[in-house]
Amino acid sequence: MATSQWDLPPELCCRPMAFVALTGLDVTYNAVHRAIWDAFCANRRADRVPISFKVLLGDHEYPKCRTKRTSYEWYIPKGILKTGWMNKHLNLVPALVVLFYELDWDHPQWKEKQSECATKVEIVRTSLQGRNTKVAVVLIQKKTPLPPGEDLVASERASTLCNACDLSGKSLFVLPHTDHLVGYIIRLENAFYEHAHTYYYTEIRRVKSHKEFLNKTTHQLLFVRHQFKMAFFSELKQDTQNALKYYRTSYSLVHELRTHETNILEIKTLAGFINYKICRLCFQHNTPLDAIAQFRKHIDLCKKKIGSAELAFEHAAWMSKQFQSFGELFDEAIKLGLTAIQTQNPGFYYQQAASYSQERKQQAQQLCQAAVNYPAPNPLDNLIGGLDFYGQRPWRQGHQSIDPPDTEKEKSGIVALQIKERNVPHSELIIALLSNAVAQFKKYKCPRMKSHLMVQMGEEYYHAKDFAKALKLLDYVMCDYRTERWFALLTSILTVALRCAWLMGSVRDYTLYCMELLGRASTLNDEQKSRIEKNFMKVLENEVPDAEPECDPSSVNAATALWNDCTAVTGTKELHLEVQDYVPFIQCKGRFISPSFHVDQLILIQVFLRSDGPHPVSVSKLSVSLSNQDYNQWCVEESTAHHNITLFPGKPKIFDFNFVAKIEDVGKKIEMTSIELMLGGANRRLLVVSWRGAGGDVASAHEALQASRSSRRWGRSLETDWDCLSLQNSTMIISRVPKISLQLSHQPPALTNEMYCINITVQSHEEGVAKDVRLTAGLKPGQDANLSQTTYTTLDGSRVCDHSAPPLLPDVHLGDLHPGEQLQTSVYVKCVSTGSRVFLFHVAYTMDTLVEGRPLVCKCHKDETITIETVVPFEVSMKFVSTKFEALDQLPVDIPFLLITDILSSSSWPLLLTSSSLQLLHLTTSAPQLDPQLNSQIHRVVLQKGECATECFCLRCPPLTSNTSSTSPVATGHYLISWRRQSSCSDSPQITTSFTLPAFVMEPVPVYINADVPSFGRVRESLPVCYYIENRTALAQEVEMAVEPSEAFMFSGLKQVRLRILPGSKQQMLYNYYPLMAGYQTLPQLNVVLPRCPSSSSSHALRRFLPQRIFIKPQGQPADDVSIAA
Amino acid sequence: WRVGIAVIAKENYPLYIRSVASQSELKFHYTVHTSLDVVEEKISAVGKSLGDQRELYLGLLYPTEDYKVYGYVTNSKVKFVIVVDSSNTSLRDNEIRSMFRKLHNSFTDVMCNPFHNPGDPIQSKAFDGIVSGMMVQTG
Repeated sequence: MATSQWDLPPELCCRPMAFVALTGLDVTYNAVHRAIWDAFCANRRADRVPISFKVLLGDHEYPKCRTKRTSYEWYIPKGILKTGWMNKHLNLVPALVVLFYELDWDHPQWKEKQSECATKVEIVRTSLQGRNTKVAVVLIQKKTPLPPGEDLVASERASTLCNACDLSGKSLFVLPHTDHLVGYIIRLENAFYEHAHTYYYTEIRRVKSHKEFLNKTTHQLLFVRHQFKMAFFSELKQDTQNALKYYRTSYSLVHELRTHETNILEIKTLAGFINYKICRLCFQHNTPLDAIAQFRKHIDLCKKKIGSAELAFEHAAWMSKQFQSFGELFDEAIKLGLTAIQTQNPGFYYQQAASYSQERKQQAQQLCQAAVNYPAPNPLDNLIGGLDFYGQRPWRQGHQSIDPPDTEKEKSGIVALQIKERNVPHSELIIALLSNAVAQFKKYKCPRMKSHLMVQMGEEYYHAKDFAKALKLLDYVMCDYRTERWFALLTSILTVALRCAWLMGSVRDYTLYCMELLGRASTLNDEQKSRIEKNFMKVLENEVPDAEPECDPSSVNAATALWNDCTAVTGTKELHLEVQDYVPFIQCKGRFISPSFHVDQLILIQVFLRSDGPHPVSVSKLSVSLSNQDYNQWCVEESTAHHNITLFPGKPKIFDFNFVAKIEDVGKKIEMTSIELMLGGANRRLLVVSWRGAGGDVASAHEALQASRSSRRWGRSLETDWDCLSLQNSTMIISRVPKISLQLSHQPPALTNEMYCINITVQSHEEGVAKDVRLTAGLKPGQDANLSQTTYTTLDGSRVCDHSAPPLLPDVHLGDLHPGEQLQTSVYVKCVSTGSRVFLFHVAYTMDTLVEGRPLVCKCHKDETITIETVVPFEVSMKFVSTKFEALDQLPVDIPFLLITDILSSSSWPLLLTSSSLQLLHLTTSAPQLDPQLNSQIHRVVLQKGECATECFCLRCPPLTSNTSSTSPVATGHYLISWRRQSSCSDSPQITTSFTLPAFVMEPVPVYINADVPSFGRVRESLPVCYYIENRTALAQEVEMAVEPSEAFMFSGLKQVRLRILPGSKQQMLYNYYPLMAGYQTLPQLNVVLPRCPSSSSSHALRRFLPQRIFIKPQGQPADDVSIAA
Repeated sequence: WRVGIAVIAKENYPLYIRSVASQSELKFHYTVHTSLDVVEEKISAVGKSLGDQRELYLGLLYPTEDYKVYGYVTNSKVKFVIVVDSSNTSLRDNEIRSMFRKLHNSFTDVMCNPFHNPGDPIQSKAFDGIVSGMMVQTG
């Protein structure tokens, strides 16, 4: 965009820096000079002093200094600020001129060189005549200088050179051209900076000194100017605090000036400049609130200073620029670290700038129409070099009185400005500002403000006749207003969008916007709606719709041509519109009547259509697409010659569709994928309006919610209840309801390991034959994994099944089942572990049925589950005891002992124990030669719950072989019980449950003493007792035996004896006891001692197999004997 | 316009919009709609720090050249917005507050009407009357 009159001059917007001119450098041909210059220019970062350097020729002509005024008495200023002034001090008048000169202290022609240098200094001085600009000399030397004071020649020659050039010692510098160039340069420029400082300081003093000569009546302009200049010099001096102070004074002075029509532009221009400087410095000082306050004050002061009514657009343009520059300053400050907030960000300033630009455009349109001929001579074409003063009129520069000098010229000037204004690309300016604002509001979380500005942008593009861009923007924001239900705003946007679409000849967009403008979200009145509907119908008839009102007449012809082109093509023109994301005037809602259908039921779909347009609409076709496309053929309704589908305004119409599901779709979901409505027809335009899923649009969800909240539950009809209609876009196809019954009979709980019988009865209530009945029975899948490994299912109940039987029996064929008949079967389950299990019984079959006259093969099934607890049938305890029924902790070798087993029934059903057996290991029966097999003592015993059966076996450990270890326990075998339920039939299998006998340590007995004692004695009758002592060791054993006297017995035999028994032999000792008392009596104690090995066997240990007591009967009568014998 | 009053639903759609002078009604709609940005931001900022205890009156939402926009949010997140001309300097903050309070009371009455379905646009003569009164008073 070209710079306009309203742009701030660049010299105002830049950061002023001290200006230092470098002369005597030949940067083109001299490499050393080039290096020096580069060192000055390169890497000017923030840590370097702010100086702007320029290389000038030694004889450069600086701007001439006008002769200083000695008195202001007769002086009348012609303007506030000259246009060239800022640039002059930034770029033309240096604060310091530095002369570079190559000269070493020991140069052979020192004298000549010195005078040449002096001449060059003199040339510079001459061209700076009248200015306070400082001059300095830098000697470029090849040698490194000695430390100060050591080189006497140098200091002497330096002082002569200073004298020759009329320089102070502080203005002469030496630049050795050695390695450390950059370091020297930085020291040099710091020195230059100080000189520049002094220069600007004196300049400020100089300007300040004028003040006393001024008077307040004629020199008001100079007060402003001088303050401005002081502020600007302070900025050059980098004294921003004072600069701000001077600018503020200047700003208040500018508003003290008397304003009239001829100088108002100049005052506003200067006020704008100074305001810009103040705001800029405030942001720089990190006081943004001061900047904002200053700007508000500025706007409030200037808002009403419109000036000439014929040039009102100028004021708007100026205002717009004020806001824009402030926005840019604000934005700049944010980039440097300032934080802005939602309600105070640059966006507002850009927005306001745009708003003033819009005002400018309107005023320009109003004011600039009348001007016809551009005046000649051109009043704007002033002298070469532009204006002398900022903000003045070219045709009357320097004029400061209230009335214009020449009214004719004034008029032609205004006309020229008006005509010039006509060529300004207003829309372009507005759009640029709006887009700046949009970027800001996006950043500061103002989505609605952003949308609003985008609408304005769109409208501006429309005015600029860039319809495509306009439409793009409008279409983008429309959906925000639609979803937030701001329908008045939506309608307004749609109206503009419709115009754009018409002017572009975009059939698709035009039709879509028509449909929405006719709909319920539109706030247009009926008259407008009728007009739009008429146009909509024309599109369907493939005719050119009428132009929208308010369309720019110049564009109408071009648009009509576009429409003619697109209607000229013959044949059917299809146009697809998906309207779900809009609020179209035809509403559509579809639903399956039920969320699920049985496969033998007719699937029903209802589609409701309603038109919100002002007039009836005819529909040529309605179709529903489903996820399984095979059904689509059943869901079509077409208009025919006899049957015309017409939608009347506000009257819902229902369409019913039905079809039969396919058997493959059982268990699947059928979804509506889309509903399509066709308007128009062949050889015209065919408009296909489609909704995804089951229809509805952007507004319908909210309406449904409101309807559901509504308390008006009476007097409902489809019309009033339209909003309540809920969509049902999918349905499940489920299998046919089985008409069979499944009965299970069994006797819980199940017992561990038994073949648990479950009787299944399948009864048919079907009207036809149930074919191919299959049963799946067993453990329900999905339970604990351990259960499937401990459960076995079989159909064969005649024998106990093994581990190969599966937990679940699949697909047992049961044949066909005729109506009313029943099938029976039994399943046997063996559970190896206790616990509860869920069993599944699944009966499936097929049926031939008719649905609406169409044959259908249905698969039906019925499931039944039961939970069965498995418990232990009985508990068995086993113990080994000695022949004296004393508990054994070790099994004595080769001595008989007893095994006692207790079987305690815990089953609630009576148990039949058929037999038991022992499988012995390392043990034998007590007399293996006589009776190798033990007989079971529980043959066919029935146990009720809590009853106990006990068995007793006499066993013996065979003599140990040498390799058997005697210290570790030895397995002794198994105890097996065969049993079944008493209730089960006799041919049902026996279950054998095995119990492991406890393991025992074998104990060898070296000396075995036992006795042969009768089972009872009688008082005063002889009782013969025979003791046997057996030596089982490999050594001869000496045995001492003694019988202790007893109160209850007299006895005869050896009272005390000492024997020697050879290995493997046995000694018999016979005693004759004579009982004295009746009852249980302790036998006389036999003390046995093995003197050879007293430690290994105590007397007590040796005695343990001996009976201790005996029952003595009293002396009986002979009759008693008889009775006993009887 | 010189003054405008709007009631906005919790879901940010208009329940009631009325302004004096109808030719710039659209601009009034836009002004109310854009002010919701600030209202939403203020509600979410308060929600984070103070929980449910908050002042219903939100104060001046944002400054513009031409008008001042004030906001008020009920506990059920229904928003009231009052827009007045910038040139109208006679209105004090207290008066705006009392306008909102009156508006809220009248709104509560509308909600208490068993025939009114919350969420539907407000169509109440009593409410209209209150709003008209305010327009006359401030306009």
